[in-house]
Formats: sequence, C-alpha cells, structure tokens
Amino acid sequence: MKSYSYTRAKLTDKVFKYIALSFTVFALGVLVVLLIDIFSKGIARINWDFFRNLPSRHAEKSGIMTALAGMLSLLFFTVIIALPIGILAGIYLQEYGKKNRLAKFIEINISNLAGVPSVIYGILGLTLFVRILKLGNSLIAGALTLSLLILPIIIVATREAIRAVPDSLREASYGVGATKWQTTSKVVFPFALGGILTGIILAVSRAIGETAPLLVIGALVYVPFIPEGPKDQFTTLPIQIFNWTSRPQAAFIVNAAAGIIVLLLITFLLNGLAIYTRNKWYKKIRY
Amino acid sequence: MRRKEKLIEAVMICCSFVTVLTTAGIILILTVETVKFFSEVSFIDFVTDTQWTPLFTEKHFGILPLLSGTLLTTTIAILFAVPLGLIIAVYLNEYASPLFTAFVKPVLEVLAAIPTVVYGFFALQFVTPLLQKIIPDLNGFNALSPGLVMGVMIIPYITSLSEDSLRAVPRSLREASYGMGATKFQTAFRVMVPAASSGIIVSVILAVSRALGETMIVAIAAGQEPKLTFNPKESVETITTYIVQVSMGDVPQDSLEFKTIFAAGLSLFVFTFILNNLSFWIRSRFQNKYT
Repeated sequence: MKSYSYTRAKLTDKVFKYIALSFTVFALGVLVVLLIDIFSKGIARINWDFFRNLPSRHAEKSGIMTALAGMLSLLFFTVIIALPIGILAGIYLQEYGKKNRLAKFIEINISNLAGVPSVIYGILGLTLFVRILKLGNSLIAGALTLSLLILPIIIVATREAIRAVPDSLREASYGVGATKWQTTSKVVFPFALGGILTGIILAVSRAIGETAPLLVIGALVYVPFIPEGPKDQFTTLPIQIFNWTSRPQAAFIVNAAAGIIVLLLITFLLNGLAIYTRNKWYKKIRY
Repeated sequence: MRRKEKLIEAVMICCSFVTVLTTAGIILILTVETVKFFSEVSFIDFVTDTQWTPLFTEKHFGILPLLSGTLLTTTIAILFAVPLGLIIAVYLNEYASPLFTAFVKPVLEVLAAIPTVVYGFFALQFVTPLLQKIIPDLNGFNALSPGLVMGVMIIPYITSLSEDSLRAVPRSLREASYGMGATKFQTAFRVMVPAASSGIIVSVILAVSRALGETMIVAIAAGQEPKLTFNPKESVETITTYIVQVSMGDVPQDSLEFKTIFAAGLSLFVFTFILNNLSFWIRSRFQNKYT
C-alpha cells in the first residue's frame, strides 16, 4: 500500500523538478535577453565608419579606432610580459618544487591573488608603476598592471597542463640520460603546450574585459590618437563603452551598445578558440 | 651543464616570486598609505562617522556608507544567486540527462566570460527600466538592479563549483539512498548536498568575495552617492566605485582626499583576503573526504 507520505514525497519530487528546470531555463534566458537587448540597441551603428572613426563629441561621428588600437597594443605588451613569467613559474611549481615548503607557500599565495579584486590591482599599478617608477598613465604601466592580474591564471593553467603529462614520458627521457631541464623543455613542455595555450587564451580574454584597474591607473576616456609607443597614453574598448554608457544622450547609448557587440564578439571568439584548443589537446593526450 | 641547470632553476624561482612580491606590494602600499591617512583622520571617526564626504568642503571620513553600499549590493546578489545557482547544480546533477548538462554547463559559463562593463550597461539600460515598471518609485540609480545583475554574473561560479563537488560524491551513497526507496529530491537534499557541503560552501564564499570586489556593474548602475542605507531602491556607492571615482577625478595625488582610496582599498582587501583564505582552508581540509 502506498502511504500518504510516499505520495507526498513523489509530488515534492515532481514539483521540484519543474521548478529547477524553470530556474535553469531562466538563467539561460537572461543570457538570451541580454544578447537580444544589446544587439537590437547597437546593431544599427555597426558599419565601416564605426571602426574607422576617432572618438568625437558627436555620437554619430564617433568611432572605436583608437580604443581598438589601444586595446590591441595593451594586450600585446601584457602577453609579452606575463607569458614567460607565468609559464616559468608554473613549470617550477609543478615540475621542480612540487613538495617543498616554498612551493606550498607560493601556492597559497597564488590562490589568494586570484581572489584579489581587480580594482586593488589598479591601486598597486597606480602607486608602483605610475608614481614610483614614473611611467605615467602609459600603455606600459597598464600592461604591467594587467600582467600581474593575469599571472595567477597563467600559472594555474600551466600547472594543470603539466600535471596531465604522464610520468612514463619523464622516465623515458631520464632513462636516455636527459637532464631535468632537457626533460622539462623538450618532453614535458611540448606535451603540455595545448593545455597551456588554452589557459593563455582565457587569460587574454579576461584581460580584454578589464576596465576598473585601467581606470584607476588613469587610462584616459578620451584619446583622439593611436598610441605609437609604450610610453603613450591610451584608451581601450571597455573604457570607451563605460564612457558612452555614462552619458545622458541616447545617441551615445547606441554607440555603447555597438561597442559592446564588438567587445562580445572578440570575447566569444577567444572563448570558442580556448574550447577548441582544449578539446584538440585532450584528444592528443589520450592517445 | 650542471651550472646551466642551476641557473635555469634560479630564474624559475624568481618568476614564481613575482607573485609573492605582488601580494607583498599590495599589502605594503595599502598599509603605508593607510597609516599616513590615519595620522590625519582618527580611526574612531573612520569606523563610526555615518557620512563619507572627502570630496566636499565639509569633510567626513566615515567608511560606514561605503560599507553599507557594498554589503547591500553583495547581499542582493548572493540572495539571488545562491538558491538559483545551487538548485540548477542539483538539477543538472540529479535530474537532467547527461546531454542536457553537457549543453547547459558551458552555456552558463558564457555568463562568467562576459566583461563586467557589459553587465553594467545591461543593468542600467534594461534591468532598471524593467524594474521601474514593477516598482514605480525605484530610483534611476539603485542598489537592486546592479545587485541582481551581479547575481546573474556569479550564478555560473556557484553552479559550476557546486556541481563539481556533487559529482565527486561517491555513487554508493546515492545508490544506498535510492535503495532505501528515497525519491530524487530526498536523495539530493538529504544525502548529496550534505555530502558535498564543503564544496558548496567554498563556492558561496568565493561568490561573496567576487561580489564584494565587483566594480563596473555598480559604478555604472548604482549611482555614486555614498549613503548609509539598506534600502535597495535608493542609489548607493560601493568601496570599489569610490576608488574608481576618485582616481578618475582630478584630486591631487598627495592630498588627504586621495589617501582615502588606500584606506577604502585596505578595508576591501581585508574582507576578500579573509574570505579567500577561509575557502582555501575549507578546501584543503575537506577535499579528500571520500578518497
């Protein structure tokens, strides 16, 4: 005989199932609504001139050329600085210092850094790079700040990729008389490269969206020229979007939405690329 | 050969130390400037004064309004995101087909990849006008809208981490529960969620830390008025927004006004530092519960 409490438990189960499903659909729905809202607001402004024009007081004549150029130069320097440091640190922590106390301490420290709000990195960059090292609100100061910000991401990704390398490969390398560094650089690193690459792409995607630390170090909201060297002032696409969003005129809101479409396309492209490299790498390491 | 090996290892240690220097740099800079700040402003005023007006002629340096703004937006985000994120995690783990989960998880993670300035725009231009139709006396800048949007942003963190820890619970526990005749709902909430509780708690702590430090969403949509209020309909200012506001303005960099960002920054850093360490401690203490 089915008891009352049994049928009630069954009912709760069913009700919960549909509530939970509707929550899941809701979360996905928010994403869809966000995309539709932004596309419908901004798509009309997307044309060749929008990419080619300088920022302007007139919304219709405003473009994102300097913001895009600033963003690309900023990323270029950021990657050049953060990549070697992050990869070498990750290799050391995973391959060399796995068990010693220093590595343990650094590991706790990195997990802490990953949780520090990005605006705090801005304060660090402002004091250390802009004021003490007197770099001013330049591209290079911004790149150094962003480098410190994405360093934990690159290190963690490098470690995870190296962890996936089977020990048999290392032993084979040692067996033929290779040294530790030869084994690391010629056997372990090439094998882990796909995983490391995935992490780097995700770190770059993170750096692209950063706004707050750059505002704190003094990146300008209005830059009518393309930066030509590391000491030049700069602006980036998210900063340009922030600037347009905070204006009262409706025409600038359209510009902001159009800028967001470009920013989102770049972000999604990078994330897709990261998923693609990861899948390709997974297939390779499971041969 | 041997010397080259040693040299390379030394270079790698130096690279690893960049991260330690970063932490040291952050703590040093925040503390030194905050000490200078407190040589001019009393600490008692800082924690008890209910007004924060460093940029006005009549200056008050009470952190409480910024703190209340930060806590208010964070609380709204967490109240929204934790039940939603956790229920989605339970659904994906217990009810949904593997195919559905394989589709939903990466799509949800897109939410975490969207730059925050985009969410700020969405909060100000879409969510606030929408909410104003339901709550007519809602201020154009308010704590509710960015709080909710911040919640949407952190749902994937909670869902992803919680689902991972639910998945790590051994099959035998779930099967034992089914064997006793329990429904999926009973199995999920009386067996699985308690068994995965340490991972779920970690996900919530990390989400809180993330919400406390979030800057652009609140800078765009919450207004920039430091107000000691817990009314979500009013405009507020968070610690993060204040830091951005001052560094963007033309405040002279050696003035007392400018030093306020370090005191505010240190307050924020202390909160997130405690939360991050707490989550690290829980994770390392309980992660091997079932292995």
